[in-house]
This record gives sequence, structure tokens and C-alpha cells, in this order.
Amino acid sequence: MDTSFRLFPKEASQLAARVDHLVLFLLGVSAFFAILIFATILFFVVYYRRRNPGERPPQIAGNTLLEIVWTVIPTGLTMVMFVWGAKVFVAAQTPPADAMEIFVIGKQWMWEIQHPEGRREIDTLHVPVGRAVKLTMTSLDVIHDFSIPDFRVKQDVRPGSYSTEWFVPTQVGQYRLFCDQYCGAKHAEMIGTVIVCDPAQYAAWLAGAPSDVPPRVAGEKLFLQYGCATCHGQYAPTLAGLYGRSVDVLDEHGNHRQVIADEAYLRESILYPEAKMVVGYPNRMPSFKSSLSEEQLMQLIEYIKTLSAAADLGSYHGANLGPATQPSEAQPRIENPPFSDFRTNR
Amino acid sequence: MASIPYTPELPFAETYLNTRHTVASWLLTHDHKRIAILYMLSITMFFAIGGSAAVVMRLQLLTPHSSLVEAETYNKLFTLHGVTMVFFFLVPSIPVTLGNFLVPLMIGARDLAFPRINLASWYIFMAGGSLALSSLILGGVDTGWTFYTPYSSTFANTHVMLAITGIFIAGFSSILTGLNFIVTIHTMRCPGLTWFRLPLFIWTTYATSIIFVLATPVLAITLALVGLERVLHVGIFDPALGGDPILFQHLFWFYSHPAVYIMILPGMGVVSELIPAFSRKELFGYKVVAIASLAIALLGFLVWAHHMFIAGISIYGGLVFSVLSFLVAIPSAIKVFNWTATLYKGSISLDTPMLYALGFIGLFTIGGLTGLFLATLGIDMHVHDTYFVIAHFHFIMVGGAVMAYLGGIHFWWPKITGRLYPERWGRISAIIGFLGFVLTFFPQFLLGYLGMPRRYYAYAPEFQVYNVMSTCGASILALGYLLPFTYLLWSLRWGKKAGANPWHATGLEWTTASPPPTDNFDQTPVVTGPPYNYHEMEFPDD
Amino acid sequence: MTEAATTVHVEHQFDDVEQQREAATLGIWAFLGTEVLFFGGMICGYVVYRRLYFTAWHQGSLITDNFRFLGISSGAWNTAVLLTSSLTVALSVRATQLGQNRALIKLLIATMVFGIAFLGIKAAEYTHEYHEGVIPGESMFHPDDEVTADLHRAADNTGANPATLRGQFRLFWLFYFFMTGVHALHMIIGVGLFTFLLIRARRGKYTPASHAQVEIIGLYWHFVDLVWIFLFPLLYLVK
Repeated sequence: MDTSFRLFPKEASQLAARVDHLVLFLLGVSAFFAILIFATILFFVVYYRRRNPGERPPQIAGNTLLEIVWTVIPTGLTMVMFVWGAKVFVAAQTPPADAMEIFVIGKQWMWEIQHPEGRREIDTLHVPVGRAVKLTMTSLDVIHDFSIPDFRVKQDVRPGSYSTEWFVPTQVGQYRLFCDQYCGAKHAEMIGTVIVCDPAQYAAWLAGAPSDVPPRVAGEKLFLQYGCATCHGQYAPTLAGLYGRSVDVLDEHGNHRQVIADEAYLRESILYPEAKMVVGYPNRMPSFKSSLSEEQLMQLIEYIKTLSAAADLGSYHGANLGPATQPSEAQPRIENPPFSDFRTNR
Repeated sequence: MASIPYTPELPFAETYLNTRHTVASWLLTHDHKRIAILYMLSITMFFAIGGSAAVVMRLQLLTPHSSLVEAETYNKLFTLHGVTMVFFFLVPSIPVTLGNFLVPLMIGARDLAFPRINLASWYIFMAGGSLALSSLILGGVDTGWTFYTPYSSTFANTHVMLAITGIFIAGFSSILTGLNFIVTIHTMRCPGLTWFRLPLFIWTTYATSIIFVLATPVLAITLALVGLERVLHVGIFDPALGGDPILFQHLFWFYSHPAVYIMILPGMGVVSELIPAFSRKELFGYKVVAIASLAIALLGFLVWAHHMFIAGISIYGGLVFSVLSFLVAIPSAIKVFNWTATLYKGSISLDTPMLYALGFIGLFTIGGLTGLFLATLGIDMHVHDTYFVIAHFHFIMVGGAVMAYLGGIHFWWPKITGRLYPERWGRISAIIGFLGFVLTFFPQFLLGYLGMPRRYYAYAPEFQVYNVMSTCGASILALGYLLPFTYLLWSLRWGKKAGANPWHATGLEWTTASPPPTDNFDQTPVVTGPPYNYHEMEFPDD
Repeated sequence: MTEAATTVHVEHQFDDVEQQREAATLGIWAFLGTEVLFFGGMICGYVVYRRLYFTAWHQGSLITDNFRFLGISSGAWNTAVLLTSSLTVALSVRATQLGQNRALIKLLIATMVFGIAFLGIKAAEYTHEYHEGVIPGESMFHPDDEVTADLHRAADNTGANPATLRGQFRLFWLFYFFMTGVHALHMIIGVGLFTFLLIRARRGKYTPASHAQVEIIGLYWHFVDLVWIFLFPLLYLVK
């Protein structure tokens, strides 16, 4: 890690240059006005200094035209700043559909990172250069923040919900990772390193620890253990082809909405099924809030993502497409899965 | 440069200071001027405590992994610094000292509308402050002055309840003070004093009081809910119990953003008095500046979520709050232009208060411009929660509000105490403070852009150079505060006696004796023209 | 009828009675403005959670709305009591303006009776809720069997996790007690203020020329009443 003194951070992501240009624009405008005002004041203070104690200067009440000019011009300039800044921000908050996905769990005071292929790491994040990476993050305790200054990105990481952050690393190297939301005693030590490697090195690193089970495999086990297939695909909407599609749902008040089935939707539906119910299906799914940890949720979600059909991303109607989510034959079905008595007849 | 004329010793006149000397006459006073002095003592004490915490913090940050204090201690120090400086120094500062002293004088009244409520305000303030300080003595609080949940409501095992109870109680002091000012300004102006003849200090005090009255109750409720969650373990803000941490942030910032306008508007009012006085000219664009004060107060209520751009609000929410945050900057910019224009063709004298006023304009301008950086969504996502933000708000609150406070104290010192402070020391201190401030806080912009996070007791080594610069600056800045403290106290005993109007400034407060009698005026003044009537002022030729 | 011999005392900072009165009136209005924000913050929190946890909120209001005398819910009784008390307050101001001191005293007493009646009904409600076990203290919250069964049924109907629903239900009660508790505190202060008015009225201090105190304290009472008008539908009529 390069610890030499620097004037400016490195530009190591697709966004960094855009942010820096935006900053330069604001810097230019600010410097212009600051120098203009300071020079004017300095000039006035010297040129109009009191030369004799009794002098009485002319009184000038104001000038309406001037007021209008110096209201309109700053307003116009700030609106330019707003629009430019909004564009950069929206781009920063909108990950591309083909971004590589990595899960992050923050907790006092460390980062646990889970690659979908199975490799896990603590306080470091390996990523390949040149590929879009999307982080799906949650916290196990208080609010943290996953900040990579050289990429110009950060996002608060909250308990109880997912937040996302994405970037395309553009330079091989090592970069600082900081927790950027005060989270208690060792907040200043919740730091790490982002290691950007070229694709070959990344692949080698991924393969480096063969004993790690990919989350989707663990997820499939959970899927069986908790009997999800008992309903999904028969009485309940099939999960095949669900991830990434738009879904017609009813919320708690009975209002009709369309939502995208992303990680946050999947997590919410497992924990709070009553929040968004697929249109046309009764309200029967039990909640698994007390049974699953955040890590297990991530694994389940990874598994559900593998059930997606690669093709069209049209609207999803939860159609009963038959037993699309049957487990592989090698695993025995668990009889009487837990919580099955939740659905007794009333 | 004109020197302040020496006024020969006047025959004994009863003033608010010499009228009675017992402790009871001070602690049970109804006189707004004495209450202002009680407040001045209190907030100076809190400033010293908050400043000491900052000294230790800056010393810790001299090296990347200092062991001057432990991690937990550092966290308690920055919390103490924030809580005392925000709630017990800056929010009250100018309104309860200069405001309490000057509002009746400036409008030709004998006192505020509700003198007993004014005294009660001080006691409530002291009660709240004592509770908050007791949390310090008992071991401190480590949540940060922002008390973000669920850390503060579930996880922190420090004296959170004491601290938030203290702040809750002190909030009522703010509300009562604001109420007093609003009623006084509305109903007790002397004959002829219409709204657009009021000095700008009154306009800004009025705007600030509106914020006091409307924003503070929301803080009270928010802190009460945090307390309830801590004590009862019900899930209001903690997701593990079913709560929503972002709701806390919305409620908290709904007060705390207008609070920063509470901190800066009075300073702007002081500067609007100083610039005309030391240019001998009426303020350029008086009506515009008056309305701009109200605009800042009102718009300030609409921008709170710009503290939450990457906290989890929607992109749409971010857009709305970003554009509003730009709009709230415009009235402040207008004020800066108008102050500058007032200097044009003026007769300018660089006395100490003027140095502070000019310093304010310079530093507030930089602070305000960096606020634009933070309002810009694409930049905020990089510098949020870094030293960039710290530098921004210190430029406004220290480079702005504290400089204005000191400028006002120096300007009205003869009126309040009947003494002149030593002018050369005043100028030296102003310049030392200005330079120390810039060295302390300008490097922090660069630190923040590099990515150094806030609230870190240890940092990455590449940040050290700027941290060392900042700590050096802080030692100079501290000198810039210790010097005025010393010579102002000195002047109480050995300063030259002041006449009624040593600055030859306009304003009703300068038409009565220095210090004023208890009832302020011998006869109720009558106002017949606009403020800043320098065209009518007599300026002696020596 | 001759005016009472007492002249109005003008505080030294005021120029005349008129200015004193104007200041006092503006003062109370400004204070009530702060109270709007104070209660508003609580109501905002309540409304946000009502939207998020509708089922639990609905269950909560089933209980609040179910404590009835003569078939009418206690909340509705309270509303009637307070509205009537606002009438007596308005009439008492009018009585002062007309110099009718005896009528004033009766109306003040009537207002206080209504206020105490409100507090009494509230106390009965709180006791009932204590017996139902819904006071949200950490160890005090154990809803009785009937309530628990209702909760379970609601959970099953919506597919919610019963433990989650229970937690949300507890949050409802926290808001309920917080909001009605702070309101009740304001009522107690109001009754205290009216006691003060009563004592002074009996000494003949209020005349057509000097009745500002009655008006101002009356304004306070009207405000507390108004807050209840908001609380009642929010807490009792969640549908």
C-alpha cells in the first residue's frame, strides 16, 4: 500500500474521473467568486480607508439591478452544479445488469466478504480490473459505511436491510477501504484493502481455497431443509426465472404495485412475506425471521438467483410452471419440514 | 486610523452594573442585561470545556497511531466536543448574550416582554448543561453528538440517557428565549420604529427565534423516543426490534439542520451592524438583506435530508433535497455581495470589530462555497462523513459564527461594560485567530477529499502531513481565543472608560449611557427615520 | 354595575395595558406553535409506523376502541367531554367580558370538572389496558390470552411472523402511552392553571377591563383539546 503523501486521491474507478471533473468545475467557480469577492474587499478596504477622522462618505441605499444580477447568476450556476452532480450520482447509484455480485456483511468491527463462487475474505476485497462489481451489503448490528475513496464511492450499510454500491475498477493496485459511519469503539480499525487484480490473477485467487463452499450450494441445502420446494412451484409462485423480473404484488394495504425481484425483495419476502404478496396467491407463507441468519439469507438468495432463466426479462406472474424447483435427486427430501403446521386449516 | 476618544470620568451614574451588588441581585435578576452576562459566563465555560476536548483530539491526531488517549476515550472526546459546542455554546451563543443584552436597547424598550421567563431560561439552560456535564464526569458518552441509532439506542453502554436528558431540558431554554424575542420584537418597538426601520441584528434575531420555536420541539421528541427505546427496548429505531434507523435520521436532522441556521444567522446580523459602523455607510440593500434572513430561516427547514444522501433514501429524495440545498445558499450569497457593496465608497476603519467582520466574510464565503460541494450529489457521495464535511462546518461555525461573536463582543464591549478594550491587542488577536483558523481547517478539506473519515482516533499514514498542519494551526487558534479572554477581563479593571458612543455608530443602543441604566433609557426614544443614518452622524475631527 | 376597584397591574417593561395584553396573547400563540411541532413530531412517528405496521396498529386500535361505557368507546366519551369543556371555556371568557363573575366561577368549575372527568376516564382506560397486559414496559408486556389469540389470528391471516407482529403491537402501545401520556400531562397542567384562575376569580380579579389571563389560559385549554381531536381518530379509529 502506497503510504506516501498525496495531494489528491488516485483515480481508480470508472466514476473517479467524472467526480474529479465535477469537483474541478465547482472549484473553478468557487475560486472565481471567492477571489473576486476577496480582491474587491481588499481593494475597497485600502482604497476607501479613512483618511481623516471627520470624513463622512456618500450614502448608497442599494441598486435593484445589481441585486437581480447577483441573484440570478448564482442561481443559474448552482442549477448547473445540481444537474451535473445529479447525473453523476444517478450513474453511481445504478449498477449495470451484468455486474458481478459480491455480498458484504459489516459488523463491529470487521467486514466479511462473500464471493458467489465460494471464496470468503475478511477486511479485504479482491476484484478483477475492468469488470463492473456490485456489492450487496447489510450489517449485523449498527450502521456502518463501505467507503473506497480512490473509487469515489461509499454507501451506508444498515442492519435490517440491504444497500448496494457498484464500481468498475480501472487500475490494478491496492486501495484503502474505510468504515465511514461511526459505529462504536473500534470504528477507526474497521478498515481494509481493496485488491484489484487482472482477470487471470483474480481467477487464480478465486480458485485458491477449494474447501470454500459456494453460497449457492449452501443455499440449496437450506432450500431443502426449510421445505421451500414444498410450496414453491405448486401452491406458491415458482421461483424459476423470478430473480431480476418485475413482479405484480399487493402490499399490506391491498394496493397494487409492480416491483423488481432484486436481493432486497427476496430478503423481505423471506422475512416479512405479508409485505408484498404476488397477485393471485393467498397469504400463506410463514415468516422465517427467527430461523435464518443474514449469512443464510444471502446463501438462499444466491441459490434462488441460479434458478433464473437466462432469457427474457418480461413481467413475472408467478405462473405455476410445474415443479421447476425440484431439488437434485441426490439429496433426500425432508419429511414434515419445519413450520408446516403453520398452515393448518382454519 | 482614528483612535477612540478618551471620555473623562463622568459623575456617578447608576447603571445596571452598579445598582446592586449582592449575589441574589444577580441570580434573581429580571434585568435582561444581567441575564445576558450570566449567559456569557455560562457559555464561555462550555466553550472552554468543548475547546479542551478539541485540544486533546488534535494532539492525538498528530501521529497516525497515537496512544495519547485510548480509542474509547477519543470517541467520548469528540462526542463531548460536539455536544458542548453545538448545544451549549453555538446554539445559544449570540442570541442569549448579545441578543438578550441588545434587543430591548435596539428597539427602545425597557426590557424583554417576559423578564421572568428570561431568567427561567437561564436556569433551565444551566440545569440541562449540568446534566450533560455530569454524563462527562461519570465517564462520558461515545455516540457522537448525532446519536445515530441503533448504536445510541441499543448498543452504546455509556451515559447516553444523562446526555440526552440534559439536551432535552436545554431545548426548553431555547424555546422560551425564542418566544421572548418574537413577542418583544412584535409588540414592544418604540414609537416610529416600523419593521423596515429595525437594525438588521433585530431581523436576524427574529428569524433565528422562529427557528428556535419551531425546530427545537422536534429534537425534544426525537431524543425522548431514543430514551424510550433505550429504557424499554421497544423497536422504534432499532431494526433488530422492528424499528427504522432512517426514521431517526429524518427526525434528528429535521431539527439539526435548521439548528445550523440558528448558529449562523445571528452572526450575519452582527456583521450587518459592524460593516456599516466601520464604513460609516448605510447597509447596501437593507431590505433585501432583511428578507434574505427570513428566507434562510424558512428554506432551512426544507433541506434536512442532504445529510442523508447515501444513508438509504431514494434517488428521487436525493434529487429534491439537493436542489433545495442549492437554493438555500442563494440568500447567503446575496448577503455577502451586499456587505461587500457597502464598503464601496465608504470611510473604512480597520478596528478590531471590523477585522472580525471582514474575517467572517472571507471564511464564511469559503465555508458556504464548500457547502455547494456537499449539496452536489455526485461530490457528496465521495466526501460524505469525511474531514471535508468537518472543514466545511468549522469554516461556517468557527470562521463564521465564532468570529462574528467575538466581533460583536468587542464592538458592544464598551456598551456592556463601560470600558474600552486595548485596541492593538484586539487587532493582533483577530489576525492571529484568523491565521490559526485557516491553518487548522483548510488542510482538512484536502484530507477529506483524500478520504480520511470522521471520528477516527487513528488514521492511514498518508494523511499525516495534513493532520500535523491542522494541529499546528489549532495551537495558534487557541492563542487567538486566549488573548481576547485575557485582555477583555483585564479591561474590566484597567480599561479606559467609554462614553455613550465611542464608535460613532447609529442605533438606539448608542444613544444611552455606557453601561446603560437598568431601565435602558431615561426617556422612551422616538424613531423618525431609517436605520444606519450615517448621513446625520457627527464625526469629530480628532 | 360598577367596575371592580382593582386596576390592572402593568409590568414595568410595558408601556400600557394594551401592549401588555398584546404581548401576552402573542406569547401564548407562539408557545402553542411550539406545541404543535412537539406533538407533531410524535404524530409523525406514529403515522409512519401506522403505514409500515398496519396490522399491528389495527389490532391496537381494536383494543383502544373496545373499552366502552354504554356502548360508546371511552375515546368517544373523552372527545365529548373535552368538546363540552371547550364550550365552557369559551363561555367563561364571555362571562368575564360581560362582567358576570358568578357565571365565570361556575363555568371555571365546570371546565375543571370536565377536565378531571377526562383524566378519570383516561385512568380507567389505562387500568383496563394494564389488565390486558399491554403496557409496553420490558417485563410488563404480557398480553392476556384473548389479545394474544387475536394477534395470532391476525398474523395467520396476513402470513406475518407472530413474534414480529407482537413486537410491532408493543410499539403501537409505546406510541399510545407516550402520546396520550404527554397529552394527559398537559391536561393536568391545564387543570392546575384553571385552579389558579378559579382562585383569582373568587377574589374578583377578572373584570371586562382585565381578563387577559382567562383568555390566554383558555387558549391553552382549547389547544390541548385540539390535540385530542387529532389523537382520537389516530389512536382509536385505525381502520
